[in-house]
Amino acid sequence: MKNFSGGVLFLDRSDINTDEIIPARYLTEISKKALKPYLLEDLSLDGFTPKDDIEGKRVIITRANFGCGSSREHAPWALEVNGINLVIAESFARIFRQNMFNCGMMAVELSAQTIDNIFTGFFGKKTYLEMELERNIFSLTADERRQEVIFSLSDFDRALIRSGGWLEFADSKY
Amino acid sequence: MGKTITEKIFAAHHVDTPYKDIHVIRLDAVFCHEITTPVAINNLVNRNKDRVFDPEKIKAVIDHVTPAKDSKTAMQGKILREWARRHKIKDFFDIGRNGICHAIFPEKGYVRPGYTVIMGDSHTCTLGAFGAFAAGVGTTDLEVGILKGVCAFRYPNTVKVIISGELQDGVYAKDVILSIIGRLGVDGATNRVIEFTGPVVDNMSMEARMTLCNMAVEAGGTSGICYPDMTTVEYLWKFIKDEYTTKEEALEKFSRLASDADATYDQIIEHDISSLEPLITFGYKPDQVKPVREMEAIKVDQVYIGSCTNGRIEDLRAAAEVLKGENISRLIRGIVSPATSEIYRQAMEEGILKTFIDAGFCVTNPTCGACLGMSNGVLAEGEVCASTTNRNFSGRMGKGGMVHLVSPATAAATAIAGHVINSKLFKGL
Repeated sequence: MKNFSGGVLFLDRSDINTDEIIPARYLTEISKKALKPYLLEDLSLDGFTPKDDIEGKRVIITRANFGCGSSREHAPWALEVNGINLVIAESFARIFRQNMFNCGMMAVELSAQTIDNIFTGFFGKKTYLEMELERNIFSLTADERRQEVIFSLSDFDRALIRSGGWLEFADSKY
Repeated sequence: MGKTITEKIFAAHHVDTPYKDIHVIRLDAVFCHEITTPVAINNLVNRNKDRVFDPEKIKAVIDHVTPAKDSKTAMQGKILREWARRHKIKDFFDIGRNGICHAIFPEKGYVRPGYTVIMGDSHTCTLGAFGAFAAGVGTTDLEVGILKGVCAFRYPNTVKVIISGELQDGVYAKDVILSIIGRLGVDGATNRVIEFTGPVVDNMSMEARMTLCNMAVEAGGTSGICYPDMTTVEYLWKFIKDEYTTKEEALEKFSRLASDADATYDQIIEHDISSLEPLITFGYKPDQVKPVREMEAIKVDQVYIGSCTNGRIEDLRAAAEVLKGENISRLIRGIVSPATSEIYRQAMEEGILKTFIDAGFCVTNPTCGACLGMSNGVLAEGEVCASTTNRNFSGRMGKGGMVHLVSPATAAATAIAGHVINSKLFKGL
């Protein structure tokens, strides 16, 4: 199973699309590793500098409809090779969300209000997320502030995380 | 209780429900191109699973960057080509005979009403025009599709869009779908299928229906779908004539797929297009749409006509009608890419290519290239393109470039004027 804990990268915008996560000009790469330097290169978000802001982060927390657009699994791969296996958002585009779990990664959906609370409490602070998958809880810590958040995961999503992804799951079953 | 067309297709293809709300379905077709498939192929090879579930049901094409522009894209083509040969996938289309996947596969008759289709490409929803369930998927889903012929989906809840009214001259399926996306929003149909019905759809050609379904994903839809009817039968007849004695017999069978009157929907939207005028996007999201007349001052550097949205023969005809006898502005680079080799040939025979060339357009080969900023028309930073494609994301056609999505007629008129403008085919409301 992959690691889901670590430093948090906050992206305070909705509708971040797959072209922004990994631009099409890098889809000529046929290894996942080659995508590493290009993650979020085209993201239009004030104050965001990919090179400085991504380094050391393991989790993304963002707003609604993350990963809309293209079907490219290069988007989760670009996250994965940068050590980011968990994205938390208000909602996801269908294909991106499925691609995440298909790779044994996690796309966690929370209510708009919960996401808002998280941004209010932690945005702009150096934040650490500790995942407790079995308890359906993660905690956020920054300075003196600590908050626990409950989330839900379907049995299928959980099975994909445990088995390492859809290929492993499907191959043993169909 | 009645079923929607998609529910009927799911029921007929059911394999397993491993968990609540997860439906594993059998696939009638798995389509492949050279961008998302080579990684799947390499992964299967590395896992000693280099097999295909059925070489007859797998179709492949090199379409995104063709001809190859560099060593990397040449290698992607090579991996797909050798894989197709190795597994005796006879329906493989390479340069000279190729075309954009969502144009060439239906043109070859590979999509039939009631089919289930996946492809590692988000615009696979285009193929729902035939009354098929067709969904874009990522590389892992594609890999499992290639290996096992199955794919998992959540239950296909549906948004029904009933399109009624009279389309004005100079207003096209592209304008209709932009108006629907503008109404639904970019995530208005997430995890749901958009069913396009109503008198306007009934009167549309298969090409127009493909344009409509093509952009279902821009509203977040898992797929778009139309009911098969006589227009569908006519389009497919040359491929299915040995299976049915008459067209009526085929129609009778296909018609059973249409949603039942008492089917349950998540949402039903009445969409009247009588007062619809040509639309254009502003900003970086496909739901940011305005009437073209409100954007007329916008200067443009490039006009692009093509793609899986609007590169079909009807689209080229509409643009050519606007361009006939005209010259495009000296300030504009005009590029047209017929979506398949067959469309290219047809456009040549109809004199359409001559019209484009006489007007000052560059006619390029069938390819996805420019739409996603990979080749054949990439923008420089700060440049603006009026394009018949489907995404206006920031940097989509080139880093720092701006894309305005329009119909082929609007694109052609814009090329002549040098700035955004309605075509002469639109006479006003």
